[in-house]
Amino acid sequence: MLNYALRRLLFAVPTLLAISFIIFAILDLAPNDPTGSLPITIPADVRANIRHQLGLDQPMPVRYMKWCLQFFWHEPLALIEQWTGLSIGDSETRLRVTSWSTRSPVVDLIVERFPQTLWVIGMAYVIGVLIALPIGVISAYRQYSWFDQLGTFVSMVGFSVPTFFTGLLLIVIFSVQLQWLPSVYDTNHKVTDWASFWVQVRQMLMPVAVLALYNAAQISRYLRASMLDNLDQDYVRTARAKGLRERSVVAIHVLRNSLIPVVTVIALGFPQALGGAVITEQIFRINGIGQLLIQGIHSADIPLVQTITFLFAIMIVLFNLIADLLYGVLDPRVRYD
Amino acid sequence: MTDQAIPGRRRAATRRAALVSRFLSHRGAVAGLMVLTAIVLLVLLGPLVHTVDPQYLDYLDKNHGASWKHPLGTDNLGRDLLAQVLRGGRVSLAVGVTAMLLSIALGTIVGVLAGFFRWLDGPLMRLVDLFLALPLLPLLLVVILLFRDTLRAAFGPEIGIFILIVAVIGITSWMQTARIVRGEVLALREQEYVLAARSIGTRPRRIITRHILPNVLSPIMVSAALGVANAILLESALSFLGLGFPSDFPTWGRLLFDGVNFMTLTPGRVIWPGLAISLTVLSVNYIGDGLRDAMDPRAGGR
Amino acid sequence: MGLKIFLGSAAALSMAATGALAERGSDGQLNLLYWQAASILNPYLSGGTKDLEASSMILDPLANYDEAGNMVPVLVTEIPTVENGGVSEDLRTITWKLRNDIVWSDGTPLTAADVKFSAEYCMHPEGGCNSAAKFTDVESVEALDDQTVKITFSVAKPFPYGPLVGAMSPVIQMAQFKDCMGAKAPECTEANFNPIGTGPFKVTEFKPNDVVVLEANENYRDPDKPAFATAVFKGGGDAASAARAVLETGEFDYAWNLQVEPEILAGMEAAGKGVVVSSFGPAVERLVMNLSNPDPALGDERSTVAHPHPFLTDQAVSRALSLAIDRQILVDAGYGSAGKVTCNVLPAPDMMVSTANDWCQTADVDEANRLLDEAGWVRGADGVREKDGVRLSILFQTSVNSVRQGTQALIKQMWQSIGVETELRSVDASVFFGSDPASPDTIQKFYADVEMYTNTFDGTDPEKYMANWQCDEVPSPANQWVGSNNPRFCNDEYDALVAEMGKTASLEKRAELAKRMNDVLVSEGAFIPLVHRGDVSAHAASIEGVRMNSWDSELWNIEDWTRVK
Repeated sequence: MLNYALRRLLFAVPTLLAISFIIFAILDLAPNDPTGSLPITIPADVRANIRHQLGLDQPMPVRYMKWCLQFFWHEPLALIEQWTGLSIGDSETRLRVTSWSTRSPVVDLIVERFPQTLWVIGMAYVIGVLIALPIGVISAYRQYSWFDQLGTFVSMVGFSVPTFFTGLLLIVIFSVQLQWLPSVYDTNHKVTDWASFWVQVRQMLMPVAVLALYNAAQISRYLRASMLDNLDQDYVRTARAKGLRERSVVAIHVLRNSLIPVVTVIALGFPQALGGAVITEQIFRINGIGQLLIQGIHSADIPLVQTITFLFAIMIVLFNLIADLLYGVLDPRVRYD
Repeated sequence: MTDQAIPGRRRAATRRAALVSRFLSHRGAVAGLMVLTAIVLLVLLGPLVHTVDPQYLDYLDKNHGASWKHPLGTDNLGRDLLAQVLRGGRVSLAVGVTAMLLSIALGTIVGVLAGFFRWLDGPLMRLVDLFLALPLLPLLLVVILLFRDTLRAAFGPEIGIFILIVAVIGITSWMQTARIVRGEVLALREQEYVLAARSIGTRPRRIITRHILPNVLSPIMVSAALGVANAILLESALSFLGLGFPSDFPTWGRLLFDGVNFMTLTPGRVIWPGLAISLTVLSVNYIGDGLRDAMDPRAGGR
Repeated sequence: MGLKIFLGSAAALSMAATGALAERGSDGQLNLLYWQAASILNPYLSGGTKDLEASSMILDPLANYDEAGNMVPVLVTEIPTVENGGVSEDLRTITWKLRNDIVWSDGTPLTAADVKFSAEYCMHPEGGCNSAAKFTDVESVEALDDQTVKITFSVAKPFPYGPLVGAMSPVIQMAQFKDCMGAKAPECTEANFNPIGTGPFKVTEFKPNDVVVLEANENYRDPDKPAFATAVFKGGGDAASAARAVLETGEFDYAWNLQVEPEILAGMEAAGKGVVVSSFGPAVERLVMNLSNPDPALGDERSTVAHPHPFLTDQAVSRALSLAIDRQILVDAGYGSAGKVTCNVLPAPDMMVSTANDWCQTADVDEANRLLDEAGWVRGADGVREKDGVRLSILFQTSVNSVRQGTQALIKQMWQSIGVETELRSVDASVFFGSDPASPDTIQKFYADVEMYTNTFDGTDPEKYMANWQCDEVPSPANQWVGSNNPRFCNDEYDALVAEMGKTASLEKRAELAKRMNDVLVSEGAFIPLVHRGDVSAHAASIEGVRMNSWDSELWNIEDWTRVK
């Protein structure tokens, strides 16, 4: 297993390099432009000069190599310097990956965004998973009971009604009509005591609910399906025949074997949720990583988009590896050698 | 050769009959099938009964609630909502179902191959990683740049865009299915009956179709139901990038998106398209449930 | 009170207008909501209007424009003119006199050296400064003494108020930016995020693309202002939800640029928590007609002047297209109080507005049909007019925006009634307004028959704006599609008028020339003007002193805003 993990990690390096190049090529080909949101009164020659200043008229491979140098060499050095306080070489003139729209290091932007993304989106994801697991298990165990029918209904509607609708619906009800909850997330809010903690809870309530519903819908469906497959298996009959208590049959044998597809969904969903919760982030103005990414895309901020997308690529590769390793833990028959 | 084939065909026929009868005894599946058929009939025949042009702007009657003239009301430019939902359903259903089938097919093939053949596992799964990592929006902009005008020239504006949308949605949403199917196949591969089949020299193709595929059907059916919802909504997102159909071409996703800001003024604008999408997805889900139960080799035990 | 009298007349006037005499910092926090978040606070490197608005709270130009489009002195004692000797007789120099009581927020005095530096910062060829066009033809900027700055132009400038006037080109501090010239400009993150200014507020915390937290500048020139102790400039989301946060939930005091359907705004305003305000500058939503042929079959020569458009060059067609449009419906459906029917490319200032095109104000479908019949365009079997095998079939593109898509749909139907077929296309705004020469969907490439967007100009002088449509401004492959003449309009008479305006100083004559140019553009069918577009924002009912301004930053007088208790 360890051997396998190491080999996969080793393989991840060329994979990620290839991915980074393909992402860069796509961003370069994309027809959107960093001067697109400038006031229309700015004449074309000034725009051309700005494009030149950003280096957009250099050949694509040159710009890619520059990004690689900045990301794989300058950024780690800058990080080490920040941690140790040492200065290595000529740190003054070393260029970090710099966003075109803010003219500041991209990594600093991401670090600034990470707390609220992790708090809200991460929390919503965890809650979604925690809701989904019991719903999936009970739905399968009592297939076609009223609980199962209700679960099916809620989760399919939850998945087919987009978050831009549920988010706005919640705002209209709880912020406009009832005036209970804030509709705008305050990213500067600091939790220092119980009162401020309560404020934080209130501003997280609606976005977390919207996202948790969406994620739980998906995960619970897969778990239910997988549970149904396993409940009919011979080993379940054997376990029951051996006189094991029903609860431990379900919890230990069935659930464990049913988790394989669910582990995939959960592992894959996490990086996607962090970057893909854009709509929810926009509706509630949470301004996390997803919002940073989408604003970068709209302003054609290639260094920013490239860096964020690449960091997500790393996460995806890692989480897929974790999922694969978990397969082996959940089902000893799955072997990699 | 021929005298062996005949009993084979007869066996297949009886199996199919059993399958159909099992499917028909599944209450949810029958209900789902009926609802879906009703929706399909409505969007196909509805415009023949309700003959209002969905793109006609009855400007003086804008933002109206339900009336005899406009049974579901009108939008802010005076377009008839019923006509729009009916007409929009054709595209949404067509895009939703075809794109879903494409993505399920791609995902299943990749997943089964990767799970079954070890030497394919590495490369295929790295391909999955790549597709998962691609930034969707810029990718779509590139697709518009490269293919819109070519396809438009080759197939005309509507068919060309339809092909583009289905291909784009299918190609960007198969990865989850592939990962899940592969995970299941990895476990199935080591099951006693598969090992037994392999040891008596059964060809891989037969093992896959007879032993593997029927057992990975449940997650595929879930993916299918979720995939329809995903495709219908993604289609509306595409039209916002200028990739989808022209802006005055109604689809369910687009109607819902356009109507969201009018939620308090004319609630019908979000209720009806939302309901149409949810009903479609629910019925696909129940049909999937029924299919799974009917094809499950161990079904009937419970 | 002695200090009060010392203040410029403009400041005293605006105070009289708002009436309230609050103490600095007595009104607590001001919450501003911009649905596009600020990315950078150095306006010379900004990526959009939102950044300019945010930095206008911190930085001041020499003078800015008030809501009527008049110049108001900010850092100077008066506006230089030929009459008061500030502008030389040959119109080649302008001399600004700084006030002697202005202090930067770090306590050091503002001097002429800062002003000179600001100009040089933007004029540096490697700086990528986006206000560079404001400094066109500037030969030199000199600091004559600590309070006097002289700007010399290489040609006579009838309107010498481009450099350092308005929110796009404020004065920045030399001490802070002196190591940030040219190619180094983008590297000065600290200075770009926290510029030291002379404005009413200074930055305490800036989260790029998210939120700016500001506090009152204790060194601000008026000791009683600003009334707010702190301000928050939050970004993100969309226009409709920004309006909701001010008008319905009351969480914010001000929301910017609310271009949403008027019935939505009206519904929200009915909640009574806030007020929708609008103002008009020279912005016009217009149809740009492609006078060259965009047929893909032409390959590289597509949309170049070598091939005239098959039917849009027929003035009967363009007049009929204009007559068929009921502009009042467009205004009611998409703009409400923030739109007015217009038939001119130049709708403001008032003295420059032509009345020669007012025939288009009321739609006349019968007349439009008659014009087309007369010109020989006859309806085919499918109801679409054609002549000599050319069908009146139009590809109509614009940016993705719900109001624009509504307008597109309305126009399509109006044109249908005169036998013109329209295919609609919408393009992502960052592509449409971008200038990537590789993209086929930019406004410059114009691979369509008609496109729709808003164009406008800064300040009140239309000379540069009208010069956009000279022959040598036509975008083409030869100039990498860099050019502002998107309709590919080319007319010697027009070019002569532009040249004449460059030499004319008298305001009346300039207005006369501007009107004639406007009439040529409209009558020759380069544009079909649709809506004179205002800016629309909303503020909480408790905020006083907001004077909506389309000529400058909307926050131009934020130091005068107060909260009614």
